[in-house]
Amino acid sequence: MDTNLKIAVLSGKGGTGKTFVASNLAKIANRAVYLDCDVEEPNGHLFLKGPVLEAFDVDLPMPEVNLDLCDNCRKCVDFCAFNALALISGRVKVFDKICHSCGGCKVICPQNAIEEYNKNIGKIERRHYDNVDVYTGILNPGEESGTSIIKKMMTTIPSGYETAIIDSPPGSACIVMDSIEDADYCVLVAEPTTFGAHNLRMVHELTKVFNKPCGAVLNKTNGEEDPSRIYCMDNNVPILLDIPWRKDISDYIAEGSLVVEKDKELSESFAALLERISQEVQK
Amino acid sequence: MKKILILSGKGGTGKTTLSSSLIRLLDAKAYADCDVDAPNLHLVMEEENEPLKSDFLGLPAAYIDPAKCISCDLCRQNCRFDAITNINGYIVNDHACEGCKVCTLVCPSDAIEMVPRVIGHLSLYKNGHVFSTAELKMGSGNSGLLVTEVKKHLYVNSKNADIAIIDGSPGIGCPVIASISGVDLVILVSEPTISGFNDMERIIKTSEGFPAKVAVCVNKFDLHLENTEKIISYCSENGIPFVGTIPFDKDASSLINQGKTLADKDGPARDSIIKIMERSMKILNEGDN
Repeated sequence: MDTNLKIAVLSGKGGTGKTFVASNLAKIANRAVYLDCDVEEPNGHLFLKGPVLEAFDVDLPMPEVNLDLCDNCRKCVDFCAFNALALISGRVKVFDKICHSCGGCKVICPQNAIEEYNKNIGKIERRHYDNVDVYTGILNPGEESGTSIIKKMMTTIPSGYETAIIDSPPGSACIVMDSIEDADYCVLVAEPTTFGAHNLRMVHELTKVFNKPCGAVLNKTNGEEDPSRIYCMDNNVPILLDIPWRKDISDYIAEGSLVVEKDKELSESFAALLERISQEVQK
Repeated sequence: MKKILILSGKGGTGKTTLSSSLIRLLDAKAYADCDVDAPNLHLVMEEENEPLKSDFLGLPAAYIDPAKCISCDLCRQNCRFDAITNINGYIVNDHACEGCKVCTLVCPSDAIEMVPRVIGHLSLYKNGHVFSTAELKMGSGNSGLLVTEVKKHLYVNSKNADIAIIDGSPGIGCPVIASISGVDLVILVSEPTISGFNDMERIIKTSEGFPAKVAVCVNKFDLHLENTEKIISYCSENGIPFVGTIPFDKDASSLINQGKTLADKDGPARDSIIKIMERSMKILNEGDN
């Protein structure tokens, strides 16, 4: 991905406003690409709307045992670290829900009885909204891991954008790391609760592991004591923007509208946020 | 023991808020936090004693002995997780390694061994009740295995409890799937936004493959009545029991910040959660004789 500025938006806790911040940032930027990496619950396209222009399947290789060649030696069953294979009534059975597609069974099989087929686990959709190219990773319900969808998104997006906005999944597990690996800057979105602050700490630790510069957007602030603000101040996390809780903002989000298109003041705030991030990256 | 799991699909709709209130109202003697990526239940469930802590070992990770490595590149070529790179010698990226051992299989010089690694910590509180929780080390995978372990800790230690409340994680992936297995009732907490609705549909689809009963409630319903109506109609069209709504309470965040639940304060939010609890218990007990 050869884009000038790559910004990952993450939060630890769900529902603090990642998609809200990411979609509005994308709209305010020039020649932007928006990558929805929250593949379990992608929502960016509900704000950056448009018909699907293109869709790519994401498949994973799955083992299939040729029972004519298999001599039940059990080597694959014993080798599989994920217990995704079992010898049941004299036949090797594959449990594809727990298979990690590592290919080990195929390598170890002395009879060459294991072939792989492509199993669809999700897709990537492309849309266009105004100045933004919108890519959405979508995991099929019932599938365990969307890591491969994120990897594919990060590697197949065409270059030439000025700004890439990456909407990360919640949490701080491996799937989040795949989404921030390429980022120049991480925006941490937090809410004014002890829950928000606790998960902000977890995700801040994660950015430190990757040596990524980061700053916080305090969302839904209410003028009361804010554990997330205290965390930022105690840990030298720059506070980039403070967005108060307001019924009109809540309505725009509920209806799938971008606030930068509705509210002049917030539009200026988001423009300033983007400018501030560009400056922080150049430091 | 009957097990109730709280899920939402979308994050931040109020899973922990509902879970903690239900624990209080039902005086549950067994509860767990399965949101191992971002656990929060312990912040509102004040415990007097220190928890019993234990390490959670994930699958061992590969380690390449530089003295034995002959730089044949086979391990890198065969790693499907891009966990091996060659920067002045072959090294394994611990975060990317899933522990499949394929590299040990293809290495011609026996240079790779699998070494144990701690990927999280389990905590078990026992104070007349049992509270099982865990925290996954950041950047780790295998959160589904840790969720299964959290539940196992809960069940083994609370055999005499009548009911268990389990706080789930957002999303529809492996930790959610691991948390649904074996529970009796899933309560989905939705919110009246376009995202809340979209995500609710996806989590309902995900739970379809499981025998657990599913019920829906809407938190902060009065922030957008039209969207709340939409969720209620969706449930009635799809035969999913709707168990109630919780009004927006601007004091909710300050209660949480004081380590309290919505059930600790008299008012419309508490009353509405009592209704949700009663309807949920009825659904839970239906078909029992």
